[in-house]
Amino acid sequence: MTLTLTHYLVLSAILFVIGITGVIRRKNLLMLFFATEIMLNAANVAFVAISTFIGDFGGQMFALFIMAVAASEVAVGLGLLILIYKKYGTLDLDSLSTLRG
Amino acid sequence: MEAIAFYIFGALITGLFLVTVISKNILYSMSALAAGMVLISGLFFVLGADFLGAVQLVVYSGAVMGLYAFGMMFFDATRDVKEKNPKATQIFLLSGLSAVVLVIIFAAPQLGEHISPIVTGIDGANNPQNIGAVLFTKYLIPFEVAAVMLLVAMIAGIVLASKKMEVSLSEAASDDLLGDDQTHEIKEQK
Repeated sequence: MTLTLTHYLVLSAILFVIGITGVIRRKNLLMLFFATEIMLNAANVAFVAISTFIGDFGGQMFALFIMAVAASEVAVGLGLLILIYKKYGTLDLDSLSTLRG
Repeated sequence: MEAIAFYIFGALITGLFLVTVISKNILYSMSALAAGMVLISGLFFVLGADFLGAVQLVVYSGAVMGLYAFGMMFFDATRDVKEKNPKATQIFLLSGLSAVVLVIIFAAPQLGEHISPIVTGIDGANNPQNIGAVLFTKYLIPFEVAAVMLLVAMIAGIVLASKKMEVSLSEAASDDLLGDDQTHEIKEQK
């Protein structure tokens, strides 16, 4: 049996849904970062699969730039997380809500 | 052969990422995420994108997970994460979003039948050579912008994570290194 583009797209969709599940369900800021990484990786899989099956290198370029964005996001985000943890002593989103609206 | 590799990699990646999302322990979650990243690079190799597979290994499994492991030193990683149960509205939102994503994914190949390749690369060159040729011709300006963005992120990371770096650790008094609140407490105790 041969693999088609749909196989890879379905796998990418499953991974993306897992990432969305994490973002909606988790309340810990670090877990939200992990879920974001999963979603970025799912998009990368879809980009590379389409790029290979169509024969266009644009998709792989986009995947490369997504990796650059993810790396810088992690650098800045972890700095912010460390600051939040130093200031409040927790990464729980429910206990971080300071505005009572 | 390709199909076997795809199914093994796909099942393992899905399982590991599910562990990442569901696990209550941050350490287990991070380890599962790192393993999933390595297996995704295997998926890239199966697809013939050798360069991106190598970059995935170096950047995600190496740099990003290394940064996370480094950041874990600041957090209490062994404690379990306490979380409330999700509400019903969240579950409805979640299933709705999943359905939309699945419909789009299944409709995409039919819609994309008329797409023709634009950037085809050089005949006879292998994947990294083609990536280099495309990256330094058509995508040169995004490449430079990405370089500036990485520089900005590096400076931001240094500034954010390293407060009180202007004080030398060996010469500083002990209360210079503590936060402001703790300093006040120590002075009050004195």
